[in-house]
Amino acid sequence: MARFGMVIDTVRCVGCMDCVVACKTENSVPEGFNRDWIAYDVTGKYPTPHMEIRSERCNHCDAPPCVSCCPTGASHVHDVGGVVLVDADKCIGCKGCVASCPYGARFIHPDGYADKCTFCIHRVEQGLLPACVSVCPTRCMHFGDLDDPNSEVSTLLASRNHHVLQPDAGTKPRIFYLT
Amino acid sequence: MSDFSRRKFLKISAATVTVASGAAALAKGQPAPAKMASRPAKGVQRIPTYCDICFWKCGAIASVRDGTLWKIEGNPDDPLSRGRLCPRGTGGIGAHFDPDRLKRPLIRKRERGHEEWAEVSWDEAFAYIARKMHAIRETYGPESVAMFAHGIGGNFLKHTLKAFGTPNFAAPSFAQCRGPRDVGFRLTFGEDVGSPERTDIKNAQCLVLIGSHLGENMHNSQVQEFADAVGNGATVIVADPRFSVAASKAKHYLPIKPGTDLALLLAWMHVLVEEGLYDKEYIAAHGFGFDQFAARIATCTPEWAYPETGIDPETIRTTAREMARHKPATLVHPGRHTAWYGNDAQRSRAIALLNALLGSWGHRGGFYAPSSMDVPGYPYPPYPKPAKGKVDNPDNRYPFAHEAISTGIREATITGAPYPVKAWFTYATNLIQALPNQAETIKAIQNLDLLVVVDVVPSEMAGWADVVLPEAVYLERFDDLNVELFREPFVALRQPVVDAPDDQKPNWWMAKKLAETLGLGHYYPWKDIEEYLDHRLTAARLSFADLKARGIIRGAPQPTVVEEGASLSFETPSGKIEFYSLQLEKAGFDPVPVYHRPDEPPPGSFRLLTGRSPVHTFSRTQTNRILSDMMDENEVWLNADMARRMDLKSGDYVCLKNQDGVVSNRVRVKATERIRPDCVYMVHGFGHTARGLRHAYLKGASDSQLVTRYATDPLMGGTGMNVNFVTIEPEATHG
Amino acid sequence: MHELTITRHNELIDPLLHIWSWQIPVYLFLGGLVAGIMIISGYLVLQGQYKKNVFSCFYLPHISLVLLSGGMGALFLDLEHKLYFWRLFTTFQVTAPMSWGSWLLMIVYPALWVNTLIRIPERVQGKVPLFDRWSAELNKRPALIRNIGIANMLLGTLLGMYTGVLLSSFGARPLWNSAMLWMLFLVSGLSAAAAFVHLVTTDEDEREMLAKADNAFLTLELFVFGGFITGLLTSSRVHIEAVHLLLDGPYAPVFWVFVIGTGILLPLTIQLLAVNHKVKHTPVAPLMVLAGGLILRFVIVYAGQFSRWT
Repeated sequence: MARFGMVIDTVRCVGCMDCVVACKTENSVPEGFNRDWIAYDVTGKYPTPHMEIRSERCNHCDAPPCVSCCPTGASHVHDVGGVVLVDADKCIGCKGCVASCPYGARFIHPDGYADKCTFCIHRVEQGLLPACVSVCPTRCMHFGDLDDPNSEVSTLLASRNHHVLQPDAGTKPRIFYLT
Repeated sequence: MSDFSRRKFLKISAATVTVASGAAALAKGQPAPAKMASRPAKGVQRIPTYCDICFWKCGAIASVRDGTLWKIEGNPDDPLSRGRLCPRGTGGIGAHFDPDRLKRPLIRKRERGHEEWAEVSWDEAFAYIARKMHAIRETYGPESVAMFAHGIGGNFLKHTLKAFGTPNFAAPSFAQCRGPRDVGFRLTFGEDVGSPERTDIKNAQCLVLIGSHLGENMHNSQVQEFADAVGNGATVIVADPRFSVAASKAKHYLPIKPGTDLALLLAWMHVLVEEGLYDKEYIAAHGFGFDQFAARIATCTPEWAYPETGIDPETIRTTAREMARHKPATLVHPGRHTAWYGNDAQRSRAIALLNALLGSWGHRGGFYAPSSMDVPGYPYPPYPKPAKGKVDNPDNRYPFAHEAISTGIREATITGAPYPVKAWFTYATNLIQALPNQAETIKAIQNLDLLVVVDVVPSEMAGWADVVLPEAVYLERFDDLNVELFREPFVALRQPVVDAPDDQKPNWWMAKKLAETLGLGHYYPWKDIEEYLDHRLTAARLSFADLKARGIIRGAPQPTVVEEGASLSFETPSGKIEFYSLQLEKAGFDPVPVYHRPDEPPPGSFRLLTGRSPVHTFSRTQTNRILSDMMDENEVWLNADMARRMDLKSGDYVCLKNQDGVVSNRVRVKATERIRPDCVYMVHGFGHTARGLRHAYLKGASDSQLVTRYATDPLMGGTGMNVNFVTIEPEATHG
Repeated sequence: MHELTITRHNELIDPLLHIWSWQIPVYLFLGGLVAGIMIISGYLVLQGQYKKNVFSCFYLPHISLVLLSGGMGALFLDLEHKLYFWRLFTTFQVTAPMSWGSWLLMIVYPALWVNTLIRIPERVQGKVPLFDRWSAELNKRPALIRNIGIANMLLGTLLGMYTGVLLSSFGARPLWNSAMLWMLFLVSGLSAAAAFVHLVTTDEDEREMLAKADNAFLTLELFVFGGFITGLLTSSRVHIEAVHLLLDGPYAPVFWVFVIGTGILLPLTIQLLAVNHKVKHTPVAPLMVLAGGLILRFVIVYAGQFSRWT
């Protein structure tokens, strides 16, 4: 079975927010809300600071705490690609999933249900890439099957240094940042 | 100088409109459906066009779903975007849905600047304009009409005004932006850098950026190629007082003191010459005046540059050697907005000379020769010959200005010399925020008998207009063909995707109607723009139907660099690369650039630096709901240690006060390690004072308001704007 | 020097998580209070007190029903997708403490209601003949009554533990991520219940007994706090930072003054003096305990949302 993930090259990323805009228009994300965002991570002191720029979103974790805490089963793992999705018709808006995510990836949609990045599964199932990946002008974003050793994502992970966000949280995230 | 508070610029009264406009507020997440008169209502239609959120004109494909504009993506056939738009283009649907956009033609009801309007019909608006223009022609002559434009949509209006008989057209982008670097390169290589820049960034092995913040400055092709170069392991060297995104990719980041870049450039050139690292063959073949040039920079050592720039000599030498190691694939980027300190053409010439030493002009990884398709213009009747010359550069005061100087037209409008200018037309340029010293712009406006502003949003400039003409946004109109001058030749079509929601019209329609009202209808022998486009394309042996379907038709690629078989030629007086410029010498200027130390900030103040955000275009996108959702106010960047000393932290609100006492709107502090302690930085385009821009009103601070002082470049009339100093004041409310 | 700027600005989660406001602490408090009352009243039933002690056995279950419904009402108000609340009861998610809790509450209600049937209050006798009949049947079966008592104690304990388990399962909020949280909520609920009954009872002996019980619970609560705090202090960086929010951070004043000070130490002192007949029993101490219990829930819920991994 496929296990979808993303590999994002922070060396190429310029933090232009194209991924955020594309997600917004593709998925009609309401004004004021973000399914994805940019993090500018600056360390060091003037005149020699260091900055890593990351496009972040739900990590579609292998051990998603948002799925295990959901009392109605609205938050679930999709049978294609292991993508974590929310069934709005089952969501009661208790916000437990929002509290359980160490990445702050979820929010409550104005219509009352929990919402987040879906890896554009509606596009992926038609053979397209997620909107953010397909728009990125620096071509720093890659999407594919982590379980396929010949996929682009697997090849990149095998050849470049990378890290994930908050590995100690035990969530086994599936978005990898190349450095 | 008197206190120019906001009150004087736009009277803060309610922006009222006599005829009910009934603007419905945009409900959250519910875009207002666009009327789709001629297209089927169900399913997804994809229509190609080219973007207008900035002037890059990336090929785009807009998707309409069930009759409503859904999203915009890049056209994979487009060489500029290579199928991927920048964030502003991707957010372009926000321009169509903007609740604050102009809806109907307006004529002012009170004195200028009060933003009180009567909604009128187009016929009324044109009748008013024509009446005034005839009166001006009677009393002063047709030359007393001037037009300021930005972008391809100004072409037809220019045509109408040329037919009227004026020679006065200016793009602020020359004197306020890219002009200095085009002049500097023209003096050296004989050609402009152009737009899009003819820079082969993606193949550069060493990329040097002087203040250029690619990645925040989001010129699509440039950023895409920048990412390619970075991804390929190119050595990036950045000299910038601010640790930009580009600086974060640099192997060498030089936190240079503002205003001293020329010293660094001269020192680099000195190292290359002294250590014999320059491209000797290239210069032997193509250089003129090298020995005199070398003599002139003999004293510009790294040790000399160190106290000026703050960059230590070892770093200067290391980076110079690094550049030499990768030549000719070393690109010292000419930048874009280069109107900084008043010596900008000379500084840009220094950049050109440094490139010349490295042999990058005409080589892969340096500068390529662009090409364009041969699409003839429309055969119009000849324009009348104006009786008077252009007004912007009397007596050729700025001898090397090869385009019109916008601020020159403004000055003529204020002084009435060499002759009065009594009417202004502006197209897609918010002169209040684009030109330095807002007080002068307003003074000029008050001398006009007629000010017509064509725009899509009620900008500050529209607020001062006599007549405001609302343009349909690019998604709602045809426009002139984009026959681009780029890496490979192509022609692109802009065509409507959705209908304009109110009474907005395309620029071609306005221009034609105005011409007809002025009795100049014979300059528009075509009945509508489709006829015009078809005619031009047929003359070029291209199919309009084909172009409508594909959006872009590409021509045969030409050799762009020597490695591909292109040959080098230089349109300079000597026919070679002018290391020593006799024409500059003859005109009384330095034949080789000479460094002059900039002023120090008065104690307790900071030099004000400005730049771009990747999600906004100048001051025109702040009411685009999608883009404002990304960034709805700017911040003032302040060095973290400085902030601590001043007891300020990120998130605090302050006001900025410049050397002339002008106080800005409140703006949020960003305390950061990413900037020098002696300057502050803001993104341009915020702090709107136009009441019609409801969503952007008083969000952030306007840098333009604080640019009351500017340094004019003696070579070409460019207006250096980085010469203002601000102090940080506690937040105050303004009445 | 670390500057982290993110462009996300989602309501309820940025700049810091604030998804739950007063509704959740109120529910937690009322739930804990009812849990404690169930344990106490179940115990009293077990002891046969229902035969003699009119007040406790009669009205505590009724009061519990009201308080619990109030808590559930607050919980319902918190939901963002209210019309779908019934989805809780179309499934059982074994990994979700909230699912366990929803079903638990479905059993708690009948247990409480059956408890009310053991002795129908005099003024209501005859109003609903069916209930009178059932009550009579119950009273013929002392073993069944004892089991009802046990059931109330058991379910009360589970109820008191469940809310702590629920919060502690949110690993992303380090402050809650302690194995002691269920015990803290349970003991706090017990002490609040004892204080509550102490406050409303008319019987002197009962008051004395409950004051002593409350003292025991308060003392135990101090030790549980100790365990909770040291457990976090000896865990990872994010847990240490989280507990410091209470110890010397923005929540420290409220925590030390109103949760520990006037919530435990002061009432404990007063009640110790009272049970040793140094001072008279007054409502002051139990009211402090109740207030302290409510404020404890507020502090834990708010500070917990403040605590985070980045």
